[in-house]
Amino acid sequence: MDLSAINPAALLASLMVAATPILLAAIGEMVVEKSGVLNLGVEGMMITGAVTGFAVAVETQSPFFGFVAAAAASAVLSLVFGFLTLKLLSNQVATGLALTLFGLGLSALIGQAYAEQRPPSTARLDLGFLSDLPFFGRVLFSHDPIVYLSLALLVAVWAFLKFARLGLVLRAVGENHDAAHALGYKVVRIRMIAIAFGGACAGLGGAHLSLVRVAQWTDGMTAGAGWIALAIVVFASWKAQRVLLGAYLFGGISVLQLNLQVAGIPVPVEYLSMSPYIITILVLVLISRSSTAAPASLGKPFFATS
Amino acid sequence: MTKDGTEGEPKVPDQTLLSVNGLTKAYPGVVANNNVSFSIKPGEVHALLGENGAGKSTLVKMIYGLVRPDSGDMALNGAPYTPSEPRAARASGVAMVFQHFSLFDALSVAENIALGMENPPKQNVLSAQIREVSETYGLPLDPERLVGELSAGERQRVEIIRCLLQNPKILIMDEPTSVLTPQEVEILFETLRKLSAEGTAILYISHKLDEIRALCDSATILRLGEVVDICNPHEKTARELAEMMVGQTLHTPSRKPHKQEGVVLQVSDLSMRSATAFGTSLKDISFSVHAGEVLGIGGVAGNGQDELLAAISGETSPDAGTVTVHGTPVQHLGPNQRRKLAILTAPEERLGHAAAPDMSLIENALMTGAIRENLTNRGFLKWGAAKTFAEKIIANFDVRTPSPNNAARALSGGNLQKFVVGREILQRPDVLVVNQPTWGVDAAAAADIRQALLDLAAQGSAVIAISQDLDELMEISDNFSALNEGRLTAPRSVQGLTVDEIGLMMGGAHGMEAAHV
Repeated sequence: MDLSAINPAALLASLMVAATPILLAAIGEMVVEKSGVLNLGVEGMMITGAVTGFAVAVETQSPFFGFVAAAAASAVLSLVFGFLTLKLLSNQVATGLALTLFGLGLSALIGQAYAEQRPPSTARLDLGFLSDLPFFGRVLFSHDPIVYLSLALLVAVWAFLKFARLGLVLRAVGENHDAAHALGYKVVRIRMIAIAFGGACAGLGGAHLSLVRVAQWTDGMTAGAGWIALAIVVFASWKAQRVLLGAYLFGGISVLQLNLQVAGIPVPVEYLSMSPYIITILVLVLISRSSTAAPASLGKPFFATS
Repeated sequence: MTKDGTEGEPKVPDQTLLSVNGLTKAYPGVVANNNVSFSIKPGEVHALLGENGAGKSTLVKMIYGLVRPDSGDMALNGAPYTPSEPRAARASGVAMVFQHFSLFDALSVAENIALGMENPPKQNVLSAQIREVSETYGLPLDPERLVGELSAGERQRVEIIRCLLQNPKILIMDEPTSVLTPQEVEILFETLRKLSAEGTAILYISHKLDEIRALCDSATILRLGEVVDICNPHEKTARELAEMMVGQTLHTPSRKPHKQEGVVLQVSDLSMRSATAFGTSLKDISFSVHAGEVLGIGGVAGNGQDELLAAISGETSPDAGTVTVHGTPVQHLGPNQRRKLAILTAPEERLGHAAAPDMSLIENALMTGAIRENLTNRGFLKWGAAKTFAEKIIANFDVRTPSPNNAARALSGGNLQKFVVGREILQRPDVLVVNQPTWGVDAAAAADIRQALLDLAAQGSAVIAISQDLDELMEISDNFSALNEGRLTAPRSVQGLTVDEIGLMMGGAHGMEAAHV
């Protein structure tokens, strides 16, 4: 066992990269659930984003187009979910699960041609002297733009929900859709927009996985990241700061346990592999013991009675 | 400020504010409004009177822009008025306070009010405005509190202030007093009279005749979607209004003289913590009910009614205290074991609690009747016996349904209520608890249900009727008691009980005394 091989700066730097896909998917899902819709298709939207982003980036040799296409593709997929659940009033749980299965299958089909390829590398953001700082430069200021975008998005979503009038309307729709309708708010339209936003976020997260974190395409490569994002949203009690904590905790322990495996610590690999899931859920359950403030209309079908 | 301090502008009697001409709205299978016309002047308090299903709600939804009429037109201040959505109605000066409050429990008072405004100011400015308006109209309210923590009366204040902040020309109130104590009703009326004196017209929907006679200048009476009469309610008796509303002569339930004997149900020092975030915990509840007695339990909704029913039915077990039936302690038993001991209940929520909406009446009869009516055999269902039992309920309680195979959801509220109450009565309970026995039920069916409860008591059962309809409780109860924030007042004989005393038992005006100058 050789723990000295673990470089703290490299570990922390890869933590941020590892956490970003989950953070992005969780931010999107949090907005969706705040509007009162339970979309269990996060995994399917993520992997659709992963394969679309990969394919477009390879074809155009531009990671930028890859990310844009990934967000767009997953948003379109999520709108299918929105149409089925909001317009045709299908069951949200069943439709979400179907969306995941559909996304997994569709991505495997599209991805066949790209299995052996390498994507164009995503340039790191050059932050000048900040990137040259010892330790912090490597940990905080030498990442690709999507890492910073995810953090900016988190702050923006937090502020939107807390301070913006539209954010208040969105929360109101999730809290009591009948009352919101009676006041004249467009419940279905607001939810549709939230669902598309959630889809785009999941797609970005998936593309970050295939273009940056793993930098190749394999079938089923999201490997449950969408599910853990869903779990984080719930256990974080729909609070942005806790979503950040959950995502970074999960990313951090994932990276740490890989390093520990390499260092050969005498713990069975299976325990190390399950540790990120267990510890993240445990920590979030403990900090959210007293508050279980789920949006009151979450997952309930809405039909306007007029 | 006192109610006499400012009289506002004088009323202009000859000018019409809103006129409604020949509005018609049909839904598949039912004409909700047929050629309805009436008009309202500035400062007028106009009542819309009618039974459940008479079309009052549809009519005001059309005025508020939630529903579009099939034909007919409206005019506001002489100009055509066709609101396409509530936003447009609010912009034209029409505001509405809903029957089932359109509020968001997890949001603060200020956030709730901001949601009902077109261009709300910043939160701190809005909070100041809320304080100012609430002081002016004697409706104190803290803008920062979560709505889920407020009493029903306070929640209604949120809605009223939300409307008042927009200086409406017409304020629509849909059944505003059904959740208030008599004292709170009095305060509300003062607010409404003050608004009326300032020139705001009020469209007041209710089926409570005394209120309409006390408050309203004119009344439009609706029956089955049509205007039956437009009259001055001061010139009519409550009975005349009721018969116009129902279209037939009403009979009042009669009670046969009977004596009350030994204690059947005894509840002592019962305490139970609420299982849900915005529920009510029961605190030190003690009372007893004798054979042949009807105990009426009043109180504003959300003061522990559902929890009390659950504690007696056995759905939840209390944290402390005892429940005994004929001297046998039962507080540790579950609902089925209590049913065996002849403790039966009919909860308030018809669809979802008292009955499974998508299951047939036979299945619903099986669900509570299986034990006492012996409808199972070693774990297998006796369909024949269950059908016979369901048919017996349908016949004895005049439940209007094509067949016992129909889903509970397909029945009208009144018919399902008769079925649910009848199902328990036919199982010969020693103790029967009913919550809101006639809520949303038309007058004729309500009279039948009340009569059935009185007959049951006359046969020697102990009956507990929990209701928010005080008139109903005065009519059927021997003793009256009230729930207020999870505590039960000591039962008192209904004989000689005054409305003021009842109001005080219900908790008075819930912190409004200070502002009630």
